[in-house]
Amino acid sequence: MLGKTSPTTAESGEALRRRWRLGEKLIESWIFLAGILTIVVLLGIIALLLKEGLPAFWYTSPWEFLFGTKWYPVSEPPTFGITSFFVATLWVTLVATAISVPIGVACAAYLAEVAPAKVRETVKPIIEILAGIPSVVMGFIGLMLLSPLVQSAFNLNTGLCGLTAGIMLSLMSLPIIISVSEDALRAVPDDFREASYALGATKWETIRHVCIPGALSGITAAVMLGVGRAIGETMTVLMIAGGALAVPVSPTDPMMPMTAAIASGIGNAVRGGLQYQALFAIGLILFVITLAVNLIADRVLERQKRKFAR
Amino acid sequence: MVVVLVVTIIALGGGGGSSINIIGSNTVTPLSSVWAEEFMKTHPDVSIAVSGPGSGVGIAALINGTADICQASRKIKQSEIDQAEVNGVEPYEIQVATDALSVVVHPSNPVSELTIAQLSAIYTGQITNWNEVGGNDVEIVAIARDTNSGTHVFFKEHVVQMKGLTTEDKSLEYGGDVLMLPSTEEGVSQVASNPNAIFYPGLGYVTEEVKPLAIKQMADSTGVLPSVQTALDGTYPIARPLLFYTDGEPSDVIKDFIDYCLSSEGQDKVIEVGYVPLE
Amino acid sequence: MRAGAVSKRQLSQRSAFSLLIVATIIVALPVLAIVIQIIVNGADAISLEFLTESPSQAGKAGGILPAIVGTFYLMLGTILVALPLGVMAGIYLTEYARDNRFTRAINLAIVNLAGVPSIVYGLFGLGVFVLLFHFGMSLLSASLTLACQALAMTVTTSREAILAVPREYREGSLAVGATRWQTIRHLVLPQASPGIITGAVLAMSRAAGETAPILVVGAAFLLPGLPQSPFDQFMALPYHLYTVAAHVPGMPKSTMWGVALVLLVVVLSFNVLATIIRLRARQWRYSL
Repeated sequence: MLGKTSPTTAESGEALRRRWRLGEKLIESWIFLAGILTIVVLLGIIALLLKEGLPAFWYTSPWEFLFGTKWYPVSEPPTFGITSFFVATLWVTLVATAISVPIGVACAAYLAEVAPAKVRETVKPIIEILAGIPSVVMGFIGLMLLSPLVQSAFNLNTGLCGLTAGIMLSLMSLPIIISVSEDALRAVPDDFREASYALGATKWETIRHVCIPGALSGITAAVMLGVGRAIGETMTVLMIAGGALAVPVSPTDPMMPMTAAIASGIGNAVRGGLQYQALFAIGLILFVITLAVNLIADRVLERQKRKFAR
Repeated sequence: MVVVLVVTIIALGGGGGSSINIIGSNTVTPLSSVWAEEFMKTHPDVSIAVSGPGSGVGIAALINGTADICQASRKIKQSEIDQAEVNGVEPYEIQVATDALSVVVHPSNPVSELTIAQLSAIYTGQITNWNEVGGNDVEIVAIARDTNSGTHVFFKEHVVQMKGLTTEDKSLEYGGDVLMLPSTEEGVSQVASNPNAIFYPGLGYVTEEVKPLAIKQMADSTGVLPSVQTALDGTYPIARPLLFYTDGEPSDVIKDFIDYCLSSEGQDKVIEVGYVPLE
Repeated sequence: MRAGAVSKRQLSQRSAFSLLIVATIIVALPVLAIVIQIIVNGADAISLEFLTESPSQAGKAGGILPAIVGTFYLMLGTILVALPLGVMAGIYLTEYARDNRFTRAINLAIVNLAGVPSIVYGLFGLGVFVLLFHFGMSLLSASLTLACQALAMTVTTSREAILAVPREYREGSLAVGATRWQTIRHLVLPQASPGIITGAVLAMSRAAGETAPILVVGAAFLLPGLPQSPFDQFMALPYHLYTVAAHVPGMPKSTMWGVALVLLVVVLSFNVLATIIRLRARQWRYSL
């Protein structure tokens, strides 16, 4: 297993070993290059977004870009203001989070603490299926099935609104929230639970006062990851959020989140032109936001791991 | 390892046989695909690829040299012509068909005709209730395409901004409550299921589930329903050309293909797909 | 303790548990509803013709073979790039990297890459592969873009799979005189392979379902034949679903559901494959 040939004389043994070491050095340098690849790609993304997106701010002042409400990329002269997109992203994320967090944490608590093994074994694959459904299929389902329901249930003019998009987004965030929360709950040592039972608490009281508080940082991280997912989702909101340009004042308004704004315009944008730059600028802002959210989630998860490390 | 792989692939790449790359508007795509399919039946050594997603990308691809034909549902802009010249590309325009933009509403909507001015006011958000144009007392749900679509631009210039009429106003924009949808199919199905919606799909997208409106140029004109006939004789006011752009005058295979599209056989296909032929 | 007090707390436990169960049902039901709807509505469109022919009449007739093939090529291209690089990066992080600022930067980069929205990857692919490298709107550009997205996943799963190999195995190998690389190549990697392969399969499943990046990088609507080289244009299932649900006049609804069904089957079968590999890992490892 360790060598293909065995040396017959002392000299050829030395030569063989030297060849091994050279070959190994070569492989090791490849490995090192691969190791830094992730940094290279990340820096590449940042560099590209800056290169193509920053010029947008020479045409439109950052203040006007971020807080302006007029987005008319094909007018002459074009105006670029993204407040409506930003608020729309906030709305759909809010709806998605408000639905997926309580349900997700409750489901995680059930699976981690209460559910009998058979139930766990049935439910977990279902959640994995949910995690695997592609976003375009979710958008399609939202379009065909959910939006007519929302329209009649809330007596709206149209079912294509932030609420419909938020509901489908919540379905997409649920698997990550459930899985990370479940891991966090499992990480709480059994000694804590035993101690609680010893004091006479019921299982529910233990979950409520010991397990969940103990897993809180992990659950927070789960929520942040779910939020990050909702902010970054494109196809679903493109197809069902409605695409109206006015600043949305209620979740039942049709709206256009930032991801959809990029997708809606990239087809028409002449490369290097003003609209192209503005779309990359939105991409830059989106990147920064999701970066911040995921970094915070990662920090919190590290803290959780260190808390219960043995 | 990967570098070796990539180099090998590059060395092997580049297939033989003639090919035509058509890139651009999603409005023209169904038409180009049918033409391509028919043309390839009689010319098996030619392969034609058709892609969307928008007129803007098609023009850019023509300028970059990655497209042989740009299919567009709007005219090329001056700024794009300038950029083409910088890159040594000379956009050559050929009209291949016409599209009548039908304004459709739900079949239960009592309104059957509108003037251009009324349409403009609906889409700028000035008119918000159907009863202002002779319909029921309900809010109008105005649906449009997003900026990826050449249709968005065309409708804006010719209807919202009322190009060519005395009331032309270049400062008008789509209203903030107008739904900008990523697809025509979505817009049509919304109208089919929503009694208060209005939308402007191309003639080929009109189904029995929606009702086209007669459009009046002015308040005192007669309303004209969109059809192949009215688009051809010019009585329908919202008709737009569907265009192919090539780099310079087309030659060889590209010329053969475009000749086919403009032939009577090709133009018959236009009606099949749902658009308006050239004569 | 009084009997009455105990039963009140028992009662609140029972209602709390019911709420938890309701939450779980709220999660499970929509999934089943969605899958069943797709199967029921899409089954009509599925036929041998649908699966083996090219689209005709702008997608209203014929089949979706090029989209299926395009999706498989995309998955293949993605994993050919992302897997070797991911494994090597995983090896670097577990076997060679020291715990310094540099390594922490790499770990940070991985976390960040995992969170980048897919449309931003699309913009990246457009700017770098399509335009800068002049690869055009091709399989190559799309695969490289999806590979960048998959990289975070392959690195992470490889790293975890390699870390899970017990230290004693490595020490035993080094003790009998093997070099570090020989240990990795002949001992660690084979032991870690189920985990690595699971990660690869999941990455392929993800690549199969992504739409936003290929929308920006430029999938085609209609191609006359199958792609012959990586520089050719391609069709793909998710983009086809988006297109048929969106851009073709008079598209029969059953066709849309049919495409959704095929896409779902492709994606989920890879997920199932990954699970099977994960479960069989133990037997696999002992047989090595």
